[in-house]
Amino acid sequence: MSDATLEVAGVTMRFGGLKALADFNLTMRPGELVGLIGPNGAGKTTAFNAITGVYQPSEGDVRVCGERVNGRRPHQICARGVARTFQNIRLFRELTALDNVRVACHARATSGFFDALFLTGRHQVEEARILERAESYLEVMGLAHRRDEVSRNLPYGEQRRLEIARALATGPKLLCLDEPAAGMNAAEKIELMELIRSIRDRFGIAILVIEHDMRLVMGVSERLLVLDHGVTIAAGSPAEVRANPRVIEAYLGDAYLEEKHLAVPAPGGST
Amino acid sequence: MTEFLQHLVNGLSVGTIYALVALGYTMVYGVLKLINFAHGDVYMVGAFAGYYLSDLVGVRPPWSDPPPGAGETFVKATIVTMGSMIICGLLGYLIERFAYRPLRHRARLTSLITAIGVSFLLEFGFQLSPLMKSPIEFPPGPSPRVFPALLERSGYEVLGVNLSNYDVIGLAVAIGLMLGLQWIVYRTRFGTAMRAVSFDPQVAGLMGIPVNRIISWTFVLGSALAAAAGIINAVSRPRIEPLFGLMAGLKAFVAAVLGGIGSVPGAMVGGLVLGLAEEYVAGYTDSSYRDAIAFTVLILVLLVRPAGLFGRLTVEKV
Amino acid sequence: MVLLRQLLRSFLPFLVGLPLLFGFQAALQAAGSQAYTLLLTTVGVNIILAVSLNVVNGATGQFSLGHAGFMAVGAYTAAKITLALAGIKLSFLPEVLSDQIFFALALAAAMAMAGLAGVLVGLPSLRLRGDYLAIVTLGFGEIIRSVIENMPSLGQATGLSGLPLRTNLVWVGVSALATVVMARRLSVSTQGRALFAIREDEVAAEAMGVDTTGYKVRAFVISAAYAGLAGALISHAILLATPRMFTFVRSIEVVVMIVLGGLGSITGSVISAVLLTLGLEALREFQAYRMVVYALLLIVLMLLRPQGIFGTHELWDLKLFKKRGAAKAAPGGAGAGGAP
Repeated sequence: MSDATLEVAGVTMRFGGLKALADFNLTMRPGELVGLIGPNGAGKTTAFNAITGVYQPSEGDVRVCGERVNGRRPHQICARGVARTFQNIRLFRELTALDNVRVACHARATSGFFDALFLTGRHQVEEARILERAESYLEVMGLAHRRDEVSRNLPYGEQRRLEIARALATGPKLLCLDEPAAGMNAAEKIELMELIRSIRDRFGIAILVIEHDMRLVMGVSERLLVLDHGVTIAAGSPAEVRANPRVIEAYLGDAYLEEKHLAVPAPGGST
Repeated sequence: MTEFLQHLVNGLSVGTIYALVALGYTMVYGVLKLINFAHGDVYMVGAFAGYYLSDLVGVRPPWSDPPPGAGETFVKATIVTMGSMIICGLLGYLIERFAYRPLRHRARLTSLITAIGVSFLLEFGFQLSPLMKSPIEFPPGPSPRVFPALLERSGYEVLGVNLSNYDVIGLAVAIGLMLGLQWIVYRTRFGTAMRAVSFDPQVAGLMGIPVNRIISWTFVLGSALAAAAGIINAVSRPRIEPLFGLMAGLKAFVAAVLGGIGSVPGAMVGGLVLGLAEEYVAGYTDSSYRDAIAFTVLILVLLVRPAGLFGRLTVEKV
Repeated sequence: MVLLRQLLRSFLPFLVGLPLLFGFQAALQAAGSQAYTLLLTTVGVNIILAVSLNVVNGATGQFSLGHAGFMAVGAYTAAKITLALAGIKLSFLPEVLSDQIFFALALAAAMAMAGLAGVLVGLPSLRLRGDYLAIVTLGFGEIIRSVIENMPSLGQATGLSGLPLRTNLVWVGVSALATVVMARRLSVSTQGRALFAIREDEVAAEAMGVDTTGYKVRAFVISAAYAGLAGALISHAILLATPRMFTFVRSIEVVVMIVLGGLGSITGSVISAVLLTLGLEALREFQAYRMVVYALLLIVLMLLRPQGIFGTHELWDLKLFKKRGAAKAAPGGAGAGGAP
């Protein structure tokens, strides 16, 4: 199955005595939209970090387009086609919006320090290409008018969009969005939903989204994975997951379950 | 064998000095996550404070006529030491209050640069020619001064090893101070508060701990220990000058990192280990590389085990 | 034709600068004001030091305190070469030219060796966080000095003396120009932006495909090489290379310069270097107070204006340069569109 964009098999993350992620499995094909949900501290960002190389998996394999990337540094995994945004926005605060995106274009640059210092033809061509590319991504995310604005001055929603534009500019095959809608109002969230779908349609990339807003993530994902305390407790279509008692318990507690006379199937039953 | 033991004694003697100074670095780093570049110079000020106090208190050298009695010696030595510790404690408080506290919420680099500034201010300020002549000649100027003999030196020979009462008393005082600090940090409410602040200052504040006061007292304690180290060192090695705190300070910092910066027992162990390492390497090889040993240890530690012997490596949350 | 245009573009600043420098030097000689030569040399050397250190401390946000160590490596390398070649000359050239060629070789070697030292120091250290890096680079600077002090072939504590006078204003001017051009071209290039990104948020930069360690090391090596150049130039101006010229106090002096000018501002570094060097000269009688003033300056600066005079702004960010330099502000845009 090496045409899969991402194959995560049996990944476990241990920090000292704590098992933050246990036996995490995920396969994604090009163009798939998958949601990763779960209560706070469930291990969702840990999964992201394991996939993008910030952490090295304690156990298990991560493959991007068939190639095993365990232990590789994040910039190498980015070069192989995985880009991400962060839960707490990590823009290059003192750089302009344009420069933020131009940095991401650097990943595909072919010129080097020598070219930069001696202003070679290759350098000129590369700079023109990067500029054009960066401007087009700003355009796609509706930020062209903010081009020369220092990124820390941008309104919150635009900062989030800029982070996505920046991630896209690396030319990924898989885009990982970590709570892209955090802090947005209802209208902005609907816009974001459209945006995510249009990105997938336009660029044909696989998208993995961590989100807390149920309506957003269920509206945008084709399928979902639900984590709780590092364990995958459910996987399937939004409808299946919504009705799953274990998921309900994880979010709302067993008091709710009792109230609604629902029962959690014993471990070993279907998720 | 006797050479080995001699080095052991010397190493411990030097090591306790490093340990006392390292404690100041580690405590401040623990609560503020700041490397107090100026700490080595507080150690230097301690030695000079002792020098001036000896003059003011009228410490008489052991060879004077009539020679000072045991009572007089003890009282004056205690006044000099405690006085110096108080002065440096105050200095530490002032430095924190006026140079570091205003910058606490700024970028870490800013505080680091300020710390360098304070360090230089002390070093080069003390190197200025005396601006006042009485009651003391201050600043001392660049020429080295000779620290007075607070008590009469008597040497012993044990198992072929040369010891002096300076070594024994110095060691005893240092260990006493370290035990005292250990008690403060682990058995008093202040110590608990200090450790709380080192884990998370914001939450500690929310729990009702007076963070600013705890930090101030941390500086005071660390500086007082450095002063004591300065006096102990100056009694054995009486040649003091304004720049001698620099090297000692850097080495003590290495000791703190070796032990695990932020860890109090780590600083003590780190100091002793570094002192011994320096003594043994310099003793058995070419001693002109003595200073480079400390830096080599630093680089090795940071490459092999950056958390140090007792420290924990904190993982940045992404 | 293409090659010619390429060379023109690369070396334009020097084609303009060189005649100006020769002219300036001649004018100075004619006016008999050669006393100023050493002062101007010092200014130039400090510009090289400040701008090169700013590449690491300002642009990349890494705090290095070992710049003097690289100066020493460059100075001693160049000194050994010029001393070895002192009696020799290339037979087909007049002695003067032959000397200059050898000096050029010595300078190149100085930069190479200092750059190599940069690799050796940078590779292990740049994995470390800010405060640790400061101490380690300080330590390395001291180790380098300690090694020099213990090597008889390098003159130990007394150093190397009797160096031939080779540095003149043209060499200093060209070198300073080269440093500024290097820093400026870097800052408007994609490589430079990568360095800024590392400064702003290393984790994010890494996630966006920037090899942070590799780039930090590269910045460090470039900076070290230029420090070596500065060291070589100054020792061939005062005809001496001793360990005491390259203590960490020297490193701190450079740090003061770039902090005063503004970390990350090339213009700031240049102006600050000029101001501090000239200011120092003017306060010659108060030599003893120099470091105290430096120290107070650092403290006051951090308390009141940590971004220094210029912050991260540059002379060429001014509006009046922006308008007609639209091609330059967006490199590779309209102006240079005629790509070969």
